[in-house]
Amino acid sequence: MSHVAVPKTYKLFVNGAFPRSESGRVYEVTTPKGVFLANAAKASRKDARDAIVAARAAVGGWAGATAYNRGQVLYRVAEVLEGRRAQFEDEIVRLEGVSAGAARAQVDEAIDRWVWYAGWTDKFAQVSGNANPVAGPYFNLSVPEPTGVVAVVAPQDSSLLGLVSAVAPALVAGNTVVVVASEAFPLSAITLAEVLATSDLPKGVVNVLTGSPAEIAPWLASHADVNALDLVGAAELEWIDLEIAAAETLKRVYPPESGPDAAAPSLARITAFTETKTVWHTKSLL
Amino acid sequence: MSFLEYAPAPESTAILDLKPEYGLFIGGEFVAAGGGSFRTISPATEKQIALIANADDADVDRAVAAARKAYDKTWSKLSGRDRGKYLFRIARLVQERARELAVAESLDNGKPIKESRDVDVPLVAAWFFYYAGWADKLDYAGLGANPRALGVAAQVIPWNFPLLMLAWKIAPALAAGNTVVLKPAETTPLTALLFAEILQQADLPAGVVNIITGAGETGRALVNHPDVNKVAFTGSTAVGREIARSTAGSGKKLTLELGGKAANIVFDDAPIDQAVEGIVNGIFFNQGHVCCAGSRLLVQENIHDDVVERLKSRLSTLRVGDPLDKNTDVGAINSAEQLARIRELSDVGEAEGAERWSPACDLPAEGFWFAPTIFTNVSTSHRIAREEIFGPVLSVLTFRTPAEAIAKANNTPYGLSAGIWSDKGSKILAVADKLRAGVVWANTFNRFDPASPFGGYKESGYGREGGRQGLAAYLKGSK
Amino acid sequence: MTIERAVSPAQRALAILGDDLTESTLKRYLDGIPGVDAVGLEQRAAALGTRSIKTTSKAWALDRIIELIDLTTLEGADTPGKVRSLVAKAVLPDPSDLSTPQVAAVCVYGDMVPYAVEALGAAHSAGTDEGINVAAVATAFPSGRASLAVKLADTADAVAAGADEIDMVIDRGAFLSGRYGRVFDEIVAVKEACRRDDGSFAHLKVILETGELNTYDNVRRASWLAILAGGDFIKTSTGKVAPAATLPVTLLMLEVVRDWHRLTGEQIGVKPAGGIRSSKDAIKYVVTVAETVGEEWLQPHLFRFGASSLLNDVLLQRQKMKTGHYSGADYVTID
Repeated sequence: MSHVAVPKTYKLFVNGAFPRSESGRVYEVTTPKGVFLANAAKASRKDARDAIVAARAAVGGWAGATAYNRGQVLYRVAEVLEGRRAQFEDEIVRLEGVSAGAARAQVDEAIDRWVWYAGWTDKFAQVSGNANPVAGPYFNLSVPEPTGVVAVVAPQDSSLLGLVSAVAPALVAGNTVVVVASEAFPLSAITLAEVLATSDLPKGVVNVLTGSPAEIAPWLASHADVNALDLVGAAELEWIDLEIAAAETLKRVYPPESGPDAAAPSLARITAFTETKTVWHTKSLL
Repeated sequence: MSFLEYAPAPESTAILDLKPEYGLFIGGEFVAAGGGSFRTISPATEKQIALIANADDADVDRAVAAARKAYDKTWSKLSGRDRGKYLFRIARLVQERARELAVAESLDNGKPIKESRDVDVPLVAAWFFYYAGWADKLDYAGLGANPRALGVAAQVIPWNFPLLMLAWKIAPALAAGNTVVLKPAETTPLTALLFAEILQQADLPAGVVNIITGAGETGRALVNHPDVNKVAFTGSTAVGREIARSTAGSGKKLTLELGGKAANIVFDDAPIDQAVEGIVNGIFFNQGHVCCAGSRLLVQENIHDDVVERLKSRLSTLRVGDPLDKNTDVGAINSAEQLARIRELSDVGEAEGAERWSPACDLPAEGFWFAPTIFTNVSTSHRIAREEIFGPVLSVLTFRTPAEAIAKANNTPYGLSAGIWSDKGSKILAVADKLRAGVVWANTFNRFDPASPFGGYKESGYGREGGRQGLAAYLKGSK
Repeated sequence: MTIERAVSPAQRALAILGDDLTESTLKRYLDGIPGVDAVGLEQRAAALGTRSIKTTSKAWALDRIIELIDLTTLEGADTPGKVRSLVAKAVLPDPSDLSTPQVAAVCVYGDMVPYAVEALGAAHSAGTDEGINVAAVATAFPSGRASLAVKLADTADAVAAGADEIDMVIDRGAFLSGRYGRVFDEIVAVKEACRRDDGSFAHLKVILETGELNTYDNVRRASWLAILAGGDFIKTSTGKVAPAATLPVTLLMLEVVRDWHRLTGEQIGVKPAGGIRSSKDAIKYVVTVAETVGEEWLQPHLFRFGASSLLNDVLLQRQKMKTGHYSGADYVTID
């Protein structure tokens, strides 16, 4: 007897749960050759709004967790990712139409990159913060802090690696994320969400929206409760308009990147979503 | 107070050797402008100080071209060591001419001479000294080895700390290897033009710093100029927003230092007399024309009456008047427009039901003046508790628990600065952690230092000025 | 100046702390007083020090400084002759200018009180509001290391000899080891020892020796303690320990006095002593008094400078203001 497979319904990932789009809309995800693979949820502006509400609610806990704890949780994500590698490879092969070797390489790099960022949680503040020798009797220290809610347009030409490259650095400092996945390659994004959901990551810290970045991104860019906008995957969108919309509340904006080095791992991607806070305190023996 | 009252101690303006008219400083020389001229007046007397050139679009082009040429031909070819020596020279010249600069600043801006003399001008010199030393150490700025300058920096500065904001902008820009076109505020161009003379004395290569005067149009033309690589702006959030929009997609690196509505939180275990001083310094320093002013006093409910009583009695000793008098604590409001805004918002505060109080003080008949003002019974929903007044007006609110204090402090689109007053270290550090503000002063307020990064969260802008972070704002990695 | 009102010792403490006046209630009260941020305090003092005083104000301030001076000699080598010379200076500070006011008091060791009283003669206030007071340091000044009996005898002896004011030292050792009750009781007892046969009291100045208390929090607590125990004045220092009077410490004590006045309506005096040598410095203190507690405090019964060399510098400044040129050391008398 052959087993009749039970296919997965790819839904959104918002506030730790997997809802369908409130709009009820889906879109077809196909192989490069047009073969149907799945119906992915097509997120609406209201889904984006709900995701931002969830992300905002999660900031306090995630930013307030110790850096060691965030590092542990993020490393746990890498462990679970490793355990699910077969599923990712399978999805990448089918969706991107690449070889098994190429898919394996993408998953390898995604896991390694995640581990690299996980290790930064309790170090980046030491590297990008500093004690300031001011001319007076003051303790004076500058430390980077998370900016808050980061909205991300994920790289559009990659299933997993691009997504990981954009989401992981934003999480390091304690930001929470609303990410719009690759429109063409959304399956790994939802599978990653399943990894995140089972990795001790508090709900709402990462929220994954699938659908049309062109439709959703303007709502994220103009939302007053978003602190920063990572346009790394927005090169094909009207991204200057997004930046202009983001200016309304002076969001921090990270520009689009393209090419093989897009979203390459860097400390700059972590600090881009931080704010330097400088604390002065009087100092005296008397 | 009587024996102190009848003895004015005015600083002499004889030290100033002002010209009746100033041109634009482009390519190392003062040149005529295409846009005519405007008057700069003393806000304390409304008397004209000098005629100032009004730069038009063609002047902006000329200035940017001069900066570009200086960048390509001179400044980018100079070693960091030599750039640093120019900055050291400038720092020394500022120290040598400190008294003159302080008098000019108080004359043009209206701030008390003791502030321009003891705060502004010494910090200007300190800023140049600090960044002078960075010029040959850029590898340690945090961008990896061999970071590069950005090119031509367009810098637009406000009227509240005219010369100090100039230093905040020019010193790191030059240390990093950029050239500069700077536009001072329309109402306070004087010290920037004296600074241009200092650059001539320092023999800074022509075009490395260009200073163009004018109003908002000039600033707009400057930041939107296509040959500019970096824009640094300090001023209102409204203009900052406009700049963020107009530079979107341009690739210009942007630093914005915008408005604020800082909470100054006083806990019931605060060192009370120092807290009262800090409240006074927080809001009445520089007539409250400070983006990081502690304009929202959040005081724990159980000590509210005591704090307000102490505050009122302390305010009664403040001296409002002639900015050039060495005993003046609160000087003139910078302009008629600003005075109108302060009056309007204060009237709104009263109309909304807050209780208004000012000490008895005789304000001069000429000039722009506003008595130090406290509003009590202020609610978080009142406009005076939300909007930046940028004047000597304090809103007093209360809280009951640290959590409530934090929530109220953060409940604003701004996030520039905050103050905490308590004798309990663990509480201070925990509250400082939770405040969404770029600068947190604990048991002090309104302290500035070139080594200490300054800048905001949220709508108070982005980027930092001061410290290593302030240097990095003018650099890019070599990759 | 003699204080006529007979404040019963510790009456203030009973009024503030209630009838249950024990060491622990005292300690709780003093420990509950808000702290002092040293940096802020010193900055405020420095800011007050930058006030610029010109012409008429300065002339007024110089004369007032003289009227607030406790002209002091506290040397092991003091002699009746030295004291007579000091008194002569106190009575006639500047022989070249008879408009020069007299100082508030001469301050000497207890055994010198009879000579000071004798030398003053008619110039001695002797219980009136006119004339110069005699102040005596007592209670095993400057260390205070003697038994209570000796301290009380020291005090009573000086009062009996005609001292109008007693400058006592607190037991800093007891204070620093937390025995506030002991310090309190000693002040109460010394105050009692200031009582004259007619029931009036010699004016009690309580020296905190702020240089040994070290921290501003201690100074503030000790100030409250001294006032609660019945001190008429709180005084910074003996002059034998460095640092002696500083502007921040004096500002802090003035703040306590201001707070006490707000609380009770009662006026307590402050005396910075030691290290104030120039007119310029003294004017900073005058400004600090005026801006902290008000000009009303610039009277001899509420503010004093404990000083010796300050007087001559003030005289030089007076001469400068009068003649328009700088004077020299040979134009003021050495005593």
